[in-house]
Amino acid sequence: MSDLLVVDGISKSFRGLRAVSRASLTVPKGGIVGLIGPNGAGKTTCFNMIAGVYKPDEGSVTLDGRRIDGLRPDLICHAGVGRTFQIVKPFKELTALDNVMVGALHTESDTRRAKREAEAVLDRLGMLEKRNQPAGQLTLPERKRLEVARALATKPRILLLDEVMAGLRPTETDQMVAVFRDLNQREGLTILLIEHVMRAVMALSQQVVVLHHGEVIARGDPQAVVRDPAVLECYLGEEAEI
Amino acid sequence: MPIELVLNVTLQGLLTGLVYGLMALGLSVIFGVVRVVNFAHGEMMTIAMYGAIVAFGAWQIDPLVAMVPIAALLFALGYVMQAWLINPFINRPEHSQFMLLAAVAIVMVNALLMIFGPDARTTLVDYALDSVEIGPLLADKVRLITAGLALAITAGLFAFFKLSRTGKAIRACADNYMGALTVGLNVKQLYAFTFGLGSACVGAAGAMMVLLIDVTPNLGPAFTLQAFVIVIVGGLGSMPGALLGGVLIGLSEALSGLFFAPSAKSMFAIALLILVLLFRPQGLLGKKA
Amino acid sequence: MIAGLYERLLDGVPRRALLLLGLLLIAMLVAPLLVDPYLLSILILVLYFAYTGQAWNVMMGFCGQLSLGHSLYVGLAAYTSAALYVHFQLPPTIGALAAISISMAFGAGIGFLAFRFGIGGTYFALLTIAFAEFTRVGFDHFAWVNGSGGFFLPVEQYTRNDVLNLRGRPVMFYYLLLALTVAAFVFCRWLLTGRIGYYWQAIREDQEAAQTLGINTFRYKMLAVLISSGMTALSGVFFAFYYNNLFPEQIFNISRSIELILGPIIGGLGSLFGPILGAFVLTLLAEGLYETLHGLGYDIPGIKHVFYGICLAAVIMYLPHGIWPPLRRKLGLETRQ
Repeated sequence: MSDLLVVDGISKSFRGLRAVSRASLTVPKGGIVGLIGPNGAGKTTCFNMIAGVYKPDEGSVTLDGRRIDGLRPDLICHAGVGRTFQIVKPFKELTALDNVMVGALHTESDTRRAKREAEAVLDRLGMLEKRNQPAGQLTLPERKRLEVARALATKPRILLLDEVMAGLRPTETDQMVAVFRDLNQREGLTILLIEHVMRAVMALSQQVVVLHHGEVIARGDPQAVVRDPAVLECYLGEEAEI
Repeated sequence: MPIELVLNVTLQGLLTGLVYGLMALGLSVIFGVVRVVNFAHGEMMTIAMYGAIVAFGAWQIDPLVAMVPIAALLFALGYVMQAWLINPFINRPEHSQFMLLAAVAIVMVNALLMIFGPDARTTLVDYALDSVEIGPLLADKVRLITAGLALAITAGLFAFFKLSRTGKAIRACADNYMGALTVGLNVKQLYAFTFGLGSACVGAAGAMMVLLIDVTPNLGPAFTLQAFVIVIVGGLGSMPGALLGGVLIGLSEALSGLFFAPSAKSMFAIALLILVLLFRPQGLLGKKA
Repeated sequence: MIAGLYERLLDGVPRRALLLLGLLLIAMLVAPLLVDPYLLSILILVLYFAYTGQAWNVMMGFCGQLSLGHSLYVGLAAYTSAALYVHFQLPPTIGALAAISISMAFGAGIGFLAFRFGIGGTYFALLTIAFAEFTRVGFDHFAWVNGSGGFFLPVEQYTRNDVLNLRGRPVMFYYLLLALTVAAFVFCRWLLTGRIGYYWQAIREDQEAAQTLGINTFRYKMLAVLISSGMTALSGVFFAFYYNNLFPEQIFNISRSIELILGPIIGGLGSLFGPILGAFVLTLLAEGLYETLHGLGYDIPGIKHVFYGICLAAVIMYLPHGIWPPLRRKLGLETRQ
């Protein structure tokens, strides 16, 4: 299997504080990789560098052989990267359907066809009956799903999920896991996810990368990684939901 | 052009600029803490100016004395405005706050128009035309006094924020709204107090300003605009910035009036504003957001 | 193509809404036959504010970019078309193209500077004021159009309406403005139902999220400014040829900008009918107040605006989204999905 996303030695400092230090990871085409680590480990900063919010101080990000680091977020979306935000950013005054339509219009300029696509995506995430509700009135789990739906609607080649399971009940988590697994298996969607809910990480990821103090300290098979003493140590005192 | 003239005009601009600075300081303090842009600021200035006119006309009170009760009155006005009118708008979008204050401004301008009519009013204190020689320079006495007072008031306000308990509490609110709520500060009251303080500044500046220029109700929007220019140039929310901005605008007005046409004086101020907005949007002395 | 367009414009619009709109349009079409010249002049004012408010709404209501300096575009276009007419006898119907171009060029300049340098929110609003003020003072010293002395168009008693040169009786201006308002309404509906409308609203709601969905925010904000300033230019052309006199102090004044945006905000920001409703409510309120106070013998200058300001504040306080959204709900006219 060839690699779709290759992150090679990226670093980022904020006012001298090194948030991410020479982090590398690869996501194979059609694979699901989990990025875990304690709070403040630099996971979201990593995501932001991949998604174009920050330009890495060093290193490179390559999508299917093409350098994308330093590009504007909209161009990174064009390249085929979809993302969600850890702190959700719904278009509050727009309905759920219109939110997803904004995403769908990325590849489909006809609004009627975009609407049908948006409805299909909402349906897939079990949100269809909420389509006419303004996003500002949705509950947090619903907003998280909307965030995923919106990103999915842009038809990304790789989806970056930033803690979309946080705050969900176990049954809701299982539903989300099922949705992503289905997308991955049936449509070959590649996924890179940051997640604290280990239940989801273990169920989804084919490979796990552990970040601690901005550095990658372990990677590999999920079952093996969670037994790695270095990983356990960095989580000590942290509430890891294993 | 004789160098004395240029220097005299420069001095005059500098002195007037300090009074401008005090006016703008009010706007800056309010924005810095309450995060609301007071679009009725200049109108409050004209209210203060008419207050001084009335005090002088009816009871021959010197505007520099009337300044104290006028500032107190404006404090009350600002306090009430924030507590009753603006507070419900704190979490509303900017354009909503702007519209509310624009409506307040319309009411203020036209209430003044109703009461005082459209004609220009002025005060003539007996020292209005006195001047003081400073070496080769000649300065108007009123400008020297008002500039000195403006500096003193600014210093007092600065000390208040740095040293007093209330001042520190207000700075805490400005730094971190949620944090201030969490530690049990009465944010609503502190906001009203701050709005009052900002209004008192503009009240004091207004009382002084009647010594320098005539007043008409229509001056309100022009002052509002000028206060904006000053605080943006100096740095919205920065106290020394307001003073610096005031001085810069005072200087640019005086010098452009001298070298070009007096009617073009605001053009330079606005050009300065545009440049600052583009190249240093946080203002000359503002902190980077 | 035409059928597709038709479908796109009407998709989800309740039949009742169309019916009411049709009735309103018919009423506006026959109104000049029924009202006296004074009322006609007020209706012209209503349409002027409805159209200009719609133009401003594109930028703020749709795309979320607060301009407090739209008097700049009105003024530039008014002066351009008037000067071309007076100096070169160029008919305003052609001069309007120049006026639109100049307004759009200024809009592009301001937009480019602001969006490239990342200026938003309050700072953007103040920048628009600054440019309008700067231009006002500039025109005060612009001898070609007589500076602060004012620029005047030749006026005579018109027996026939010369639409090409915009010389004629008020009723001609009325119908022209009505056509403009209707056209702007349809055009904005078309914009809103297309990709651009969705993208604008996304930018308005959350710029960062919009960008993540592949939207080139700079380009779409520029488009909003360009379309808005171009539309506003036509208000300026109308202004010049209807009032026949232009003073920089008046036309570029910040209070003019504020006057223009009251309608859409009171009516309902971002909605299509909001600017029209707002224009009706505010103009009739202002004139009604004037008439009432005049009738009661209170001819004190300023009193009308005091009431006006109080009404304004009341609407803003109690109807944060304007009058139209709650009214639309009451009338059962919400669009279906």
